[in-house]
Amino acid sequence: MIRFEPRSNPGPVLVYGVPVFAAIFAILLAAIPLALAGAPIIDAYGLMITGAFGSVFSTSEMLTRATPLILTGLAAAIAFRAKLWNIGAEGQLYMGAMAAVVVGTGVIDGPSWVMIPAIMIAGALAGALMLIGPTLLKTRMGVDEVVTTLLLNFIVLLFVQMMLEGALKDPMSMGWPQSEPIIDSAILPPLLERMRVHLGLIIALVAASGLAVFVKRTVWGFEIRAVGENAAAAKFSGISVTKTMILVAALSGGLAGLAGVSEVAGTRGYLATDLSPGYGYAGIVVAMLARLSPVGVIISALFVASVFVGADSMSRAIGVSSYLADLIVAMSLLCVLIGGFLTRFKVRFDRKKTAG
Amino acid sequence: MEIIDILLAASFWEAAIRIATPLIFGVLGALVCERAGVLNLGIEGIFTAGAMAGWMAVWLGAGLWGGVLVAALAGGFFGLIHAILTVPLGLSQHVSGIGVTLLATSLSYFTYRTALPDVSSPPRIIPFQPLDIPILSDLPFIGQALFSQTAMTMLALVLVFVTGWVLYRTPLGLAIRAVGDNPSSVEAQGLSVYGLRIGAVVVGSAMMALGGAFLTMSAFDAFFFGMINGRGWVCIALTVFASWRPGKALIGALLFGAFDAFQVRLQTEVGAFFPSQVFLMMPYILSIIALIVVARKADYPKALLVPWFKGQR
Repeated sequence: MIRFEPRSNPGPVLVYGVPVFAAIFAILLAAIPLALAGAPIIDAYGLMITGAFGSVFSTSEMLTRATPLILTGLAAAIAFRAKLWNIGAEGQLYMGAMAAVVVGTGVIDGPSWVMIPAIMIAGALAGALMLIGPTLLKTRMGVDEVVTTLLLNFIVLLFVQMMLEGALKDPMSMGWPQSEPIIDSAILPPLLERMRVHLGLIIALVAASGLAVFVKRTVWGFEIRAVGENAAAAKFSGISVTKTMILVAALSGGLAGLAGVSEVAGTRGYLATDLSPGYGYAGIVVAMLARLSPVGVIISALFVASVFVGADSMSRAIGVSSYLADLIVAMSLLCVLIGGFLTRFKVRFDRKKTAG
Repeated sequence: MEIIDILLAASFWEAAIRIATPLIFGVLGALVCERAGVLNLGIEGIFTAGAMAGWMAVWLGAGLWGGVLVAALAGGFFGLIHAILTVPLGLSQHVSGIGVTLLATSLSYFTYRTALPDVSSPPRIIPFQPLDIPILSDLPFIGQALFSQTAMTMLALVLVFVTGWVLYRTPLGLAIRAVGDNPSSVEAQGLSVYGLRIGAVVVGSAMMALGGAFLTMSAFDAFFFGMINGRGWVCIALTVFASWRPGKALIGALLFGAFDAFQVRLQTEVGAFFPSQVFLMMPYILSIIALIVVARKADYPKALLVPWFKGQR
């Protein structure tokens, strides 16, 4: 018989080691699909590593990918801490990007120190509003936020598409449904010359540190954790669950909106419906790998970004489908879930007593 | 007048039932899982896996019913992963479900791309054909609307009755419903909570996969990336709308199908005045409205989302 015994106090080796082990294990598991696809496995892993870290350029690409993942990872982490199941970061990202485009394509103009904060505020507000709606439906009427946020992703994408073919369409785009370019003063400048990695990375890192302090050191942070651990007890001790949930929604949606601002004003320069290859969903994986810790999100976003950039470059080189990257990311989520279980429980194998 | 004409046309109801079919499979699958106390957000990925695996099996020469079986097995496999993570291990059903969706989707896409590396247009199979039942298919109106559907639609309708019968008329169904409301009482009866829950999730997931298979093997004849397009999530909403009852699930899916068929026809009438995206948004908006309408009185299975461990009191 297999029995599970709760561990009273998992040590730091277990707590920090398990996510690392889960990530490595997921990468190793990718050998199976690689082998089935007939790829040279050792070469493939080598190409993945050089693809993500082989040169200044590839590392810059990796960091560019990590930027929106840090922000959507933080969005998922803060929401999941309060057990607000925000699966709508993808839609919030696009609304944030669209708000940045509305503000940042010439309606107002000014120096960068005005324009960049302006598009950031607009994007964060748009993202926040996108999540406050479903949250109010949850707290006021008991409508499950998982399904509403998921469905809103599809609605938002169609809405963005509609705007890009209508009011926000760039008349100079030769018929492509894309927005006008973000004006120069609102562009997030690159951090290195001739590289794509941009100011968004700094914004993401500041957001992660800020959120870490907020969660650990403020009363609101304490209330968020209390609501997440036991909403009924939190309510009993005088915390307003509704207010806390709305605060969490504003933070989470705002962070996802910022990811959209960063992509549109830092990486792409204009809005199109292929702005995000699922950063909102990948943010959930990032948050879980980080065990919902804001600082951990930075590390796990770097890992997920390396997988994406490394596997993309490897798959181009040896002709394996680049969906391998998504596969590794999905497997690492399931591995870290099981790993989380193993930190909380000991597995015991008891031999069954046989009569006689 | 035109609206009445649309609603009275047999072709309209034919389309409505066709659109409803994958949703019937999906909602039945979701409600079997949830009745046993397990929310299965793997549904979107399981739809994708069923669509890909079923199509691929037929494309490799397994025959249409062979494809249906392969799709169900693929669904059951991903259901088993979700069941192991959420039932004996008691992990978050939300996160595990999203994980299963990501895994099933990426694995399906990867397999498809690996098997067919450079096809510019997706290869096609010969899908299920409309039934031609003597007498029944020739009946006026209902002959076209109902009896000229494909065999998979008939299977979906049969499954509604089978699921209802099993859940409400058999001891097994009683046990499944009890394990979603009060698992400890089931254990007290000497039944296995884990066994019932895992079984329900595996069977429910197999049913979901048939919804995906319907898309590639009956509604269309090929597999496309992104073809599921939120249908799975719509099913989760419809399950709440149907208050976890197979009969109401059928009605909900049909209403949904009718609305969708209606908006497509409306689009040809008034499409010039609205962007096409407004119509494409309708199914998702409708699902949210359906959730809001029933939210107040939704009677969730009491042990839904609550992990249960052996020996727990």
